[in-house]
Amino acid sequence: MTPQSATDIAIRVRRAGPLALLQDRGRFGVRHLGVTQGGPADLYSWAWANHLAGNPWGSASLEVTFGGLQLVAERDLEIAIAGADLGATLEGKPVPLWQRVHWPEGQTLAFGTPASGLRAYLSVHGGFAAPPAMGSVACVAREQLGGFDGYGRKLADDDQLRIFTPTTPATQGLTEAPGHARPDFREPPQLDLLPGAQIAEFTGRSLFDAFNAWWRVDDRADRMGVRLTGPRLQCQIRSLISEGINLGGVQVPPDGQPIVLLNDRQTIGGYPRLGSLSPLAASRLAQCLPGQEVRLVAHSSEAVLREYRAFLAGFNA
Amino acid sequence: MSPRSATALPRLESAGLDGWMVRLFDTIDEANLPWITALLQRCESAFGTALVDLVPSYTTLLVVFDPVQLSPFEAQQTITTLLTGLTPEGGTSTSQIHELPTYYHASVGPDLERVAEHTGLSVADVIACHSQKTYRVFALGFAPGFAFMGLTDPRLECPRLDTPRKKVPVGSVAIAARQTAAYPTATPGGWNLLGRTSARLFDREREGFSLLNVGDQVRFAPVSRDAFERDGGDTTPMEAAQ
Repeated sequence: MTPQSATDIAIRVRRAGPLALLQDRGRFGVRHLGVTQGGPADLYSWAWANHLAGNPWGSASLEVTFGGLQLVAERDLEIAIAGADLGATLEGKPVPLWQRVHWPEGQTLAFGTPASGLRAYLSVHGGFAAPPAMGSVACVAREQLGGFDGYGRKLADDDQLRIFTPTTPATQGLTEAPGHARPDFREPPQLDLLPGAQIAEFTGRSLFDAFNAWWRVDDRADRMGVRLTGPRLQCQIRSLISEGINLGGVQVPPDGQPIVLLNDRQTIGGYPRLGSLSPLAASRLAQCLPGQEVRLVAHSSEAVLREYRAFLAGFNA
Repeated sequence: MSPRSATALPRLESAGLDGWMVRLFDTIDEANLPWITALLQRCESAFGTALVDLVPSYTTLLVVFDPVQLSPFEAQQTITTLLTGLTPEGGTSTSQIHELPTYYHASVGPDLERVAEHTGLSVADVIACHSQKTYRVFALGFAPGFAFMGLTDPRLECPRLDTPRKKVPVGSVAIAARQTAAYPTATPGGWNLLGRTSARLFDREREGFSLLNVGDQVRFAPVSRDAFERDGGDTTPMEAAQ
C-alpha cells in the first residue's frame, strides 16, 4: 500500500466500546530506542481476517478486545472477522466468523461480549488507512504512537474511519477458513515454550512444576503481558541487569508467578526467564480469558520453526 | 573474543524462535559499551535484510532476526563468527557527546532537597556533582527515547521514591541508584527529580528519532531560568503539572 492510494471515509463509530485498536504487523527496527513492537496480540487470527477480506499481509485491522464496539458502514463493504467470538451481529443477526461477509451501507455491526476467546480481528477489504508513525499504524496509547490519528488516541464515539480504495476485486481468493484452521479458544491450550535464557538457574522442582502444572491466566493480563498463577517457581537469580526482552518471553519475578510478555511489553527488563513462547503460542495465550488454564510444553526450535514457516507461507508473508 | 563453555562469556542464550541474547559481560561498566556497539555494527552488516531488531543494553545485545530467512541455528552460527576476533569500537571519538541544557531548581526539581538530605550534600553540591560528570548511555528503554545513563558520582547515590509519581513532566532530569536520566515524554516515574532540560529527547519526525543512543556521552549543563525558557523549556512547577 502506498501513501498515494486513495482513501475514503467508510465507517462511523457509533460506540467505541472498551478497547478497539488499529493493528498492522507492528513497529520494527526501533526497539533499540525503547519503542515497543505493537501489532496484533493474536497474529494468527489477524492474518486470517486480512486474508479472508482479500487484503495483503501486513494490512491494518481493528483488534477488538472484550467486544462492545458498534460501527456503521457509510458504504457497502466486504469484511471478515476472525479470532474471538464476541457475539458480533449485523443489524441484530449473528455474523459468521472466519469468512468473508458483505456489510451493506447503513447497517450496524455490533460486537457483544466474549463467548469464546478475547480478541476479534475486523478486516475490511482495502485495509484501514491511517498515518504511519515510525513505520507503523499499530496503536500504542502509552507511547502516543499509531492508531487512526497517528498519536495513539483511543477510538471514540463518532470517529470516522478511513479505508484504502481496494486495488483488487473483493471476489478474489479464499472466502472461508477451513474448519481445522479455526481454533477452539475454550479448549485449554498447550503452549509451546522454547527453553532458554536463565532456565538453568531454576530449581529442579520448579522446572518440573513449570511443565507439569496447570497455569491459570490471571486477571492482570493485557497487551503488555499475561500473568500466570500456579506453583511458586524458584530461581537462584532474583533479578538481572536489564536486558532486551523478546515477544513471548516468560519472565519470573521474585514472587515466582510467571509473566508472559506480549506485543506492548517494555523493550528491556530485569527478571530471569524460563525461555520464550513460540509466536503462535503467544497468539493463542492472547485469546485466553482470566481464569482459563494453560499448560507450558517445552519444545525444540526445529518443530516450532517448521510450523511457523508453514503458517507464514500460507499468507504469502 | 570467542565462546568457550556454557558459562564463559561471551555466550549465546536462546531468546525464542527469532532471537539470540548475546551475553558479553556480567557487570555494569562503561568499558562494556565499545564492545557492545562493535558487535551491533557487525550484526547490522552481517544480517542485512534478515535483521529485525538489535537491542543493546548494559551487558548484552539482543539480536532479533527474520525466522523465514534464517533458522535459529544459522543465526547462531553468524553471531558466533562475528564474536570471533571482535575488537572494541574506536573509543570515545566515534560516539557523540551531547550537552543537555538543564534548569536545576526546586520548582522543576522537587527532589533536590530530598537528595541533599539523603546524601548529606548541600543542594548546590548536588547540582555541581550531577553536572560536572560526563555520562555514558547504557541502554534505552522504559519509554521511547528514555536513556539510562551512568554512572553518577558515588556521593549522589540515592534510592528511588517509595511511591512513583503518576506523571513526571517532559524533560525532567532525574537520578536513582547510580544512574541518571531525562524523561522524553510525560510518564509515571519513581526517580528523584533534580531539574528539567529543554533538549528535545524524542522526536518522531527527526531522523533517528531519539537524541540519545546507546554508547553516547552526555553532560548536563546548568542554565538559568531565562535561558531555559528561551530554549522552549517548560517552567510549569511540578505541583501545577501534577
